[in-house]
Amino acid sequence: MNALVNFTKIFKFHGGVHPPGHKAESTRLPIGQLPLPEKLVLPLRQHVGNIPKVKVTIGDKVLKGQLLAETEGTVSAAIHAPTSGVVTAIDDATIPHPSGLPDRCITITPDGKDEWAERHPQDWRNTQCNELIASLRLSGIVGLGGATFPTHIKFRVGCKSDVHTLVINAAECEPYITCDDMLMREHADEIVKGIEIAKRLLGAEKVLIGIEDNKPEAITSLQAATTDTSIQVVVVPTLYPSGDARRLVHLVLGTEIPYDKRSTEVGVQVFNVATMRALYRYFELGEPSLSRIVTMTGNVQQPQNFEVLFGTPLPHLVKAAGGAKQGTTHYIMGGPMMGFDLPDENVPITKAANCIIAVSPNLFAPPPPAMPCIRCARCADVCPVNLQPQELYWFAKSDNFEKASDYQLFDCIECGACSYVCPSNIPLVQYYRYAKSEIIALDKAREAADLARERNEFRLARIEREKQERAQKHAERAQGAKQEGEKTPAPGAKQNVPSSPATSGAEDAKKAAIAAAIERAKAVKLAAQQAGEAPKNTEPASAEIKQEIAEIDARRKNVGLERPVAGSAAADADKQAKIAAAIERAKAAKAAAEAAKNANDNLITKE
Amino acid sequence: MNRSPYISEAPSVSSIMLKVLLALVPGIIAYVWVFGGGILVTITLATVTALLAEATMLKLRNRPVQPFLTDYSAVITAWLLALAIPPLAPWWLIVVGTLFAIVVAKQLYGGLGYNPFNPAMIGYAVLLISFPALMTKWPAALQLAQTKLGFADQIQFIFSGVLPQDVKLDAVTSATPLDYLKTQLTLKHDVASIREAPIFGALGGKGGEYIAMAYLLGGLYLWQQKIISWHLPTAFLGALALISGVFWVINPAHFASPLFHLFSGASMLCAFFIITDPVSGPTTPKGKLYFAAGVAVIAYLIRAYGGYPDGVAFAVIFMNICVPLLDMHTQPRVFGHEK
Repeated sequence: MNALVNFTKIFKFHGGVHPPGHKAESTRLPIGQLPLPEKLVLPLRQHVGNIPKVKVTIGDKVLKGQLLAETEGTVSAAIHAPTSGVVTAIDDATIPHPSGLPDRCITITPDGKDEWAERHPQDWRNTQCNELIASLRLSGIVGLGGATFPTHIKFRVGCKSDVHTLVINAAECEPYITCDDMLMREHADEIVKGIEIAKRLLGAEKVLIGIEDNKPEAITSLQAATTDTSIQVVVVPTLYPSGDARRLVHLVLGTEIPYDKRSTEVGVQVFNVATMRALYRYFELGEPSLSRIVTMTGNVQQPQNFEVLFGTPLPHLVKAAGGAKQGTTHYIMGGPMMGFDLPDENVPITKAANCIIAVSPNLFAPPPPAMPCIRCARCADVCPVNLQPQELYWFAKSDNFEKASDYQLFDCIECGACSYVCPSNIPLVQYYRYAKSEIIALDKAREAADLARERNEFRLARIEREKQERAQKHAERAQGAKQEGEKTPAPGAKQNVPSSPATSGAEDAKKAAIAAAIERAKAVKLAAQQAGEAPKNTEPASAEIKQEIAEIDARRKNVGLERPVAGSAAADADKQAKIAAAIERAKAAKAAAEAAKNANDNLITKE
Repeated sequence: MNRSPYISEAPSVSSIMLKVLLALVPGIIAYVWVFGGGILVTITLATVTALLAEATMLKLRNRPVQPFLTDYSAVITAWLLALAIPPLAPWWLIVVGTLFAIVVAKQLYGGLGYNPFNPAMIGYAVLLISFPALMTKWPAALQLAQTKLGFADQIQFIFSGVLPQDVKLDAVTSATPLDYLKTQLTLKHDVASIREAPIFGALGGKGGEYIAMAYLLGGLYLWQQKIISWHLPTAFLGALALISGVFWVINPAHFASPLFHLFSGASMLCAFFIITDPVSGPTTPKGKLYFAAGVAVIAYLIRAYGGYPDGVAFAVIFMNICVPLLDMHTQPRVFGHEK
């Protein structure tokens, strides 16, 4: 079996780059364990989808593995207490997200006992498939490769799905990141057990593990762990970005997933190795998703991988790696090709945090100033999607979004290979991110406008219809009256005209409701008046704003404008005089125009 | 903030351009050997003019001068133009051509990255149309000349137009092989007898063919360094060989052989240094093939039927116009899309 491994055909994709790996630094030591931090800050938003519903309140004592927030809606993931302790805060804190915006977090102060809640391992081989899949909603497991898509959604297709092949992503193609590498070296058996579970849950027949050839130890341990299974370890050449799901599926299967389809539509499902281990721990040990392996590398004393509880503040992790070396300016989450600057060094570790890099100017030099594009098309040569990055750049730069979409901007996976090889140092990926967000915003605006237009058209149609109905009613009534009048004169006709008791009752109710509404409005107005003439923005102005107002006033004075003071008689009089003058001017102009027109008319008539 | 990637492994624009200049050096050495040191003066004049023009224009356009001067793109334009015009032409000819190339064809269109036409070819075309007599007056290869002009004599001739007392102008100039072929063909001579003239070598013109081989050498270096892709030179030389081959097979008495066309005129310079200008060329692989083949076909037709002995400059300019069209219609299939 293993002898065959290297003969597996590899289907290369277009482009790709070979950035220096820098993986040796963080693979010298085994996966380290951290002492319990003083607090754990768990952002509710650690995954793609809806934020989960909080199930605890401040002061609650929680046990390790206890549910803190449950899934809300379909695409969502639960959050559990990573250790036992007390919920000490549920508030906004900075989270590791490119936006740098604070978001809702649950803070737990550990009690140090690390006391487990009751665990429920499941006999997954003999339990109904649907039951297992349903229970996954409670696991909190998300894709640990970095995409953080809730894993239970990927199993929703069920045991009798059309998924025939699992592709396990062990490529880990980004430089510096080694969390999957170390996990495979040390826990290949758990990964393989997880894969068996996933295989059963989806009813898949074939499993391929795609791994880059720069991880020989991991390959050896995977091969050992898969000896008695049908799982195939496919060694692919090291080439960034072979870890992109669509690229990896193509590499190992030769299948090109159509751009508008999901992999499941061609019978393939892709999982990251760490996710498979989480699956194993959930079903076999009854442990929900509480921690992950994180690579702590870059400008730190001792780069290493650690098993980190979610919510662990970053400084705790940095300390475990011997502390940051001199010159560290900030931290990056993810790798150097697709990662982002952390907004703050005190952010917590989340489910998405596969790697933290301490950055110094020596490590990643700030890019030199961008030069014009010389159309050398090196970017196109390395684009793994076979896009034309130089064209997309022109379109994005000139806000020509329609063209950008035509050239398949949305197929761009933002892998950064184009920027990596650009001789003009153009931050191409930023242009694409900008164009994508603009197009999405425009589409939303267009949708809203369409909806408004539809509503208006519907309203106009309704008004027209009602008008016609009324006209028809009138006509019928007139017809009826005429006929009645012809048959029996006055009495019958009179009965028809006034409103019946029922309708008059309804009208009375309506009138009463209107009166009540008017009363309410009056009361509100009165309350507002009593509260004083204070305008809506009642927040006391800050010193800065006050200063600014003072400055504006001063400027106004300089140019001979007084600040208009409410109720200032002088200003009012002045204003009225101006208005009167303006009216006079307008009248004069009108008169002049009339005179001119008359004169013109006269001329014309004369001619 | 999301500003990844944080790393890069790109050669700078400067280093790319410097490699192109380096790749021209074998050609220049061969040139000096064949035509004498005068070309070095022309190249120097062109370089100084180009840099001064570029700097002045950048200043006028309120652009930073230093980064754009040190991208060396202006120097490439200068060298290509200097290598394209007759080496003993008066000094002001190269100055005028370079000025037009840099000021009008490059900077007025927006500078590096924005010029739709190859600046050197625009400069060449302007000179050819404005000063046809000067532009077709080539010196004879030193190996053939009855009187050999020394380096000092060449410099003196370039700047003052004065030849040493005992030397007649006719003694130092000669028709280029393509020119000679054209005129002799109109006199109803056949190719075989025309090529017996001493100005012809084994492949192209005597001497000229060595320069062409040196360009080929430099071009292979650029390909090996991944500065240029194989598409453009291969398609150009292939298409030129093909079309000249077809005509030659049909009527070898009236049409020169493919080998002659490959090693005559500006063919090799064009294949590796002129059409490989990325700014004014297409970017897609297929587009490059069509572009280069188009240049070859037009250049050949001008050689065979046009009013000029060589047609590379006009062919390149014409195909430059087609670049947006070529790019648009040769988009490669995107991953996961049907064609």
